[in-house]
Amino acid sequence: MTPVLHTQGLGKRYGQRWALTDCTLSVPAGHAVGLVGPNGAGKTTLLNLAVGMLAPTSGTIEVLGGRPGGNRAQLARVGFVAQDTPTYAALSVADHLRLGARMNPGWDAALARGRIERLGLDARQRAGKLSGGQRAQLALTLAVAKRPELLILDEPIASLDPLARRQFLESLAEFISGRQVSVVLSSHLVSDLERICDYLIVIVASRVQVAGQVGDLLAAHRKRTSSKSTLEDLVLAAMGPATDTTLEARR
Amino acid sequence: MTWLTWRQSRAQTIAAAAALTALAIVLAVTGSSVAHLYDTSGITGCHPFASCRTLADAFTSKLTSTDAILYGIGIAVLLLAPGLIGVFWGAPLVTREIEARTLPLAWNQTVTRTRWMAVKLGLVGLAATATAGLLALMLTWWSSPIDTALSMGTTSRLNLTRLGPILFDSRDITPIGYAALAFALGVTAGVLIRRTVPAMAATLAGFAAVQFAWAIWIRQHLFAPVHAIVALDPANVFQIKSINNNMSISAMPNFTEQGAWVLSSQIVDRSGHAAHVTTSRVCLGNNFAACQAWIGRLRLRQIVSYQPASRFWDFQWAETAIFVGLAVALAGFCTWWIRRRVA
Repeated sequence: MTPVLHTQGLGKRYGQRWALTDCTLSVPAGHAVGLVGPNGAGKTTLLNLAVGMLAPTSGTIEVLGGRPGGNRAQLARVGFVAQDTPTYAALSVADHLRLGARMNPGWDAALARGRIERLGLDARQRAGKLSGGQRAQLALTLAVAKRPELLILDEPIASLDPLARRQFLESLAEFISGRQVSVVLSSHLVSDLERICDYLIVIVASRVQVAGQVGDLLAAHRKRTSSKSTLEDLVLAAMGPATDTTLEARR
Repeated sequence: MTWLTWRQSRAQTIAAAAALTALAIVLAVTGSSVAHLYDTSGITGCHPFASCRTLADAFTSKLTSTDAILYGIGIAVLLLAPGLIGVFWGAPLVTREIEARTLPLAWNQTVTRTRWMAVKLGLVGLAATATAGLLALMLTWWSSPIDTALSMGTTSRLNLTRLGPILFDSRDITPIGYAALAFALGVTAGVLIRRTVPAMAATLAGFAAVQFAWAIWIRQHLFAPVHAIVALDPANVFQIKSINNNMSISAMPNFTEQGAWVLSSQIVDRSGHAAHVTTSRVCLGNNFAACQAWIGRLRLRQIVSYQPASRFWDFQWAETAIFVGLAVALAGFCTWWIRRRVA
């Protein structure tokens, strides 16, 4: 099967600063991928490269076997919720659904309407008047109702309160379950990802430190440390100064 | 994409349409009385030219002060409208999305960035140029009796010929070309600068410079000027200077072709060469009239280079085509830039 995300020596430089360096990854389809790392590590850069919002400085990137954002077919296959979950402040919830329907041939109107109803959003409400959590849910609705094969979410819950955070993750999990969809979700909090992710990528200081299935990574890590090690311990170990663990786990 | 563009520009389009409608009503009411005044003035079909001048002066003196003010405002509106369209429609077109961080949302629907930009440029650009076009149509109709009378009459101090820098920019179809270019310039500034207010300032400054430079320096070269040789009327001499025993004479050309745009004139001798006149003692004194009479005896001529009034529509079409062409080129650049240089 074509990997959802395939990069070879991928790098992105802003002026003198490299936001991402030498990133080589191959993420198989069908996973919920957690992308973790401290703020400014390069997570957003990697995800923006994956949707074609940015062009690479070096290396190559393929998403679902195609060039990110290259054409309509590629755009239709990838759903994206950007950082801070942008929406059009002056447009109502209903306008956003109309926007989605008009701009995406694969639009699932029933799915979108159902989500809005379950969330209890007022369709006439302007997006600018919604709470942060509601806005994030609206942005997620737009991204999922186009029925993508790959859903990419860039820190969608970073600015939400704990309740909204949980609701968002629950509604995301509900969308994923029983669907042939891959997800890449970035966060700087491991606890956000633990619940839904079965694949993990750790980026620290613009480099990929760890990438692999959560089960495999945990087993390997527990073998080296203690049997009680958690995902959090694993990530912390990867984020610390380069140790044997992180070097081995790198691909 | 068409729907989203319409939804995003709905408010300003409706506001522009409402303003145009209100203006149309005001102009229809006041314009019909001006038109009636003109129709009964006898200017239409008058002959010879001297009697036209009298009739034209009589017509302009009968205009109410409101008409005079509206006439001035109309010119000002048409000179400013393209620049304002560039500032308020062009510059924010993309910067608003950059500042509200909505580009990732817009660019991740199943619509390519090229199409996104093309539809935005096309629809909003069309609305902008249509606004300028309607404005120009209404005001040209309203002003045409006054324009005609002023170009015939003697009272005009502004020398408002239809080909001149002020009236030409604000009549018929040129405002369409101007609005198209100002809009494209605004979008380009926005795409490059990425912030609304600086982009607006750059658009205003840039377009004002283009408008000014074009009217003063460039337009006259679109078509090669026509030359006419006329006898120098000594009564038209207004300044005489003597440099190294050579006289330099300044005189208004004795040239009355109606509506012509006079670009320059040069004093020549009977053989057609630049006149070299050795300073006469008559002209060194204080008797200016005696000097004028002495100059009259030299039988000098003037070569007048001018653009005839009959070229008005040639200029209108050429200028509109050039400005629309530049606008299309800038729009193409914006689309290319958006596709290549990403968020």
